[in-house]
Amino acid sequence: MTKYIIKRLLGIIPTLLVIITISFFIVRVAPGGPFDGERALPEVVKRNIEAKYHINDPLIMQYGRYMFDVLRGDLGPSYRYKDHDVNFYIFESLPNSMILGVIAISISIIFGITSGMLAALRQNTWVDYLSMAFAVIGISVPLFVIGPVLQYFFAMKLQWLPTSGWFTSGDGWKTVILPAITLAFAHFATIARLTRSSMLDTLRSDYIRTAKAKGMKNSTIIFKHTMKGTMLPIVSYLGPAFAGIITGSVVVEQVFRIPGLGKFFVQSSFNRDYTLIVGVVIVYSVILVIMNFIVDILYSLLDPRITYK
Amino acid sequence: MSNGNSLKTYKNLLEVRDLRTHFKTDAGIVKAVDGISFTLNEGETIGIVGESGSGKSVTNLSIMRLIQSPPGKIVGGEIIFENKDILKLSQRELRHIRGNEISMIFQDPMTSLNPFLKISTQMVETIRLHQNISRKEALAKSIDMLKLVGIPAAEERIHNYPHQFSGGMRQRVMIGMALSCEAKILIADEPTTALDVTIQAQILELIQELAKKLNTAVILITHDLGVVAGMCDSVCVMYAGKIVEKAKTEKLYAHPAHPYTDGLIQSVPRLDKAHDGKLFSIKGQPPNVIDLPDCCPFHPRCHKVMEVCRHHYPPTKDLGDGHEVSCWLYIDKKEHPDA
Ligand SMILES: Nc1ncnc2c1ncn2[C@@H]1O[C@H](COP(=O)(O)OP(=O)(O)OP(=O)(O)O)[C@@H](O)[C@H]1O
Ligand SMILES: [Mg+2]
Repeated sequence: MTKYIIKRLLGIIPTLLVIITISFFIVRVAPGGPFDGERALPEVVKRNIEAKYHINDPLIMQYGRYMFDVLRGDLGPSYRYKDHDVNFYIFESLPNSMILGVIAISISIIFGITSGMLAALRQNTWVDYLSMAFAVIGISVPLFVIGPVLQYFFAMKLQWLPTSGWFTSGDGWKTVILPAITLAFAHFATIARLTRSSMLDTLRSDYIRTAKAKGMKNSTIIFKHTMKGTMLPIVSYLGPAFAGIITGSVVVEQVFRIPGLGKFFVQSSFNRDYTLIVGVVIVYSVILVIMNFIVDILYSLLDPRITYK
Repeated sequence: MSNGNSLKTYKNLLEVRDLRTHFKTDAGIVKAVDGISFTLNEGETIGIVGESGSGKSVTNLSIMRLIQSPPGKIVGGEIIFENKDILKLSQRELRHIRGNEISMIFQDPMTSLNPFLKISTQMVETIRLHQNISRKEALAKSIDMLKLVGIPAAEERIHNYPHQFSGGMRQRVMIGMALSCEAKILIADEPTTALDVTIQAQILELIQELAKKLNTAVILITHDLGVVAGMCDSVCVMYAGKIVEKAKTEKLYAHPAHPYTDGLIQSVPRLDKAHDGKLFSIKGQPPNVIDLPDCCPFHPRCHKVMEVCRHHYPPTKDLGDGHEVSCWLYIDKKEHPDA
């Protein structure tokens, strides 16, 4: 197992190198560039910029220089924002997205698994219909609707919570609640539906029939015999979902004015801010690869048929 | 209750009377089991044979009340075990019977054990469910059971997971687990269908041997009449949710009464009878048990079909010595209803 873990961790490095390389070239192949303004730049400015970003060097040299920097942990200067480099923007905003994401995913796991299980155990009763109705809402209503609706009721009407802002705005932890619930909604819905169908499958399986034929209590059957089988598909969903949610959501950040990482995914593309684009891609890939790794480990802990050597 | 007196009272260990189990499906009501009666005596082995879909599994799942509901429902009948109707028991009383008084082995050993739990966990929990003994004692007993069913190195293998066993070994584990609480009845639903032919005989012999040793009555479900001949004291032949013939095994083989039974026996390949290289088979398909009209369901395939068979289900006739058959051939012409 230890050997497997080390092997997997080493395997992550080439994966990341490939991702970085591909994104480095793809952003530069796409039409447009960071300095294609509407006005023509004065010759001097243009020369300065070209010198700073080494734009006139052959691409392969730019690539070599960039890789060298990345390996030392430097994601380079932003092509757009002049005050700070890419590292600064990412490490300033990522923790905010992570806090929000972890809270949101926890909410969706707790409520999703609970309501999915209840729905499966009370199949075709009002419990089932209610929680699946909730799930359908969560899946089909977009975040930019859910967010403002929550703001309207809980912030404006009831005045329980602030409409927007983040810890620094003076409202403290209260600012996290509404955006976390909004962000949790979509994942709650998927987790609830996944749990329901996975649990129903497990309950129908032959080995559960065996457990019943042995005279076991329903509660024991559910907790001892169905849990692991039920959790497998949910674990594999949660890996990538977790990576997505902790790297921020543009919509939720906009609606609640949160200084998160999400906006950089969109803005950097509009700006053709090459280094920032590749920077956020790297951050996302690293988190995704780590999450997949954790999923695999969890899988082998849950399912004895899977062994890694 | 194990004194001699009660043994005598329980000579009839299990009595199934007019059991009816139906399934509600989109296409209509499936009368999977429709009015079945039979009796199982202590220490006896009876066979239930019939084609696929005839209702063998549903019969036995009904005895354990393991029918998925919905869509299934036991709509009528009684299942008397030790003077009590299983169909009327509370969940608690039912749990006392399941695995303890009546246990079950299923068709597919590959999927019938929980893949996520060690064999030891699954065996120990069964024993501790019904016997008030410590975990350690239960483990020792489980190991003894595994040895009894012929698992080599049982002390070590018991800590393995099901996927580390072959199909035959898993079925042995299932048998060991099913018999670990000294159940009075063992229901074996095609216990060897999923296994290699070479292993089939071993498993059946094992069931037979243990049943004798532990004085367990056995209901053996199979579609293989050859197996029945070797193991069962009596046989019920099922067709389309009904028992069409019931007899002591030798009787059934020597004098099959129902044309369907006759066909089944003739279609067993035999070496001692010359044949022209072709195997006998019953023509046609088993009927669809959805919305069956009130006729003999076998009549479209029967070579002795009469007009009455197309319109009325035959009453059951006792040919003597417990040999019962449901076929118009054995009913006096005068008693036939007007077609
Ligand atoms: N869950 C269910 N829903 C609907 N119909 C069912 C269900 N389970 C069984 N049936 C129907 O009941 C009938 C009897 O099925 P059963 O499983 O008892 O057959 P069987 O004699 O055991 O056959 P086999 O030899 O294939 O195991 C079949 O027609 C089947 O379609
Ligand atoms: Mg069956």
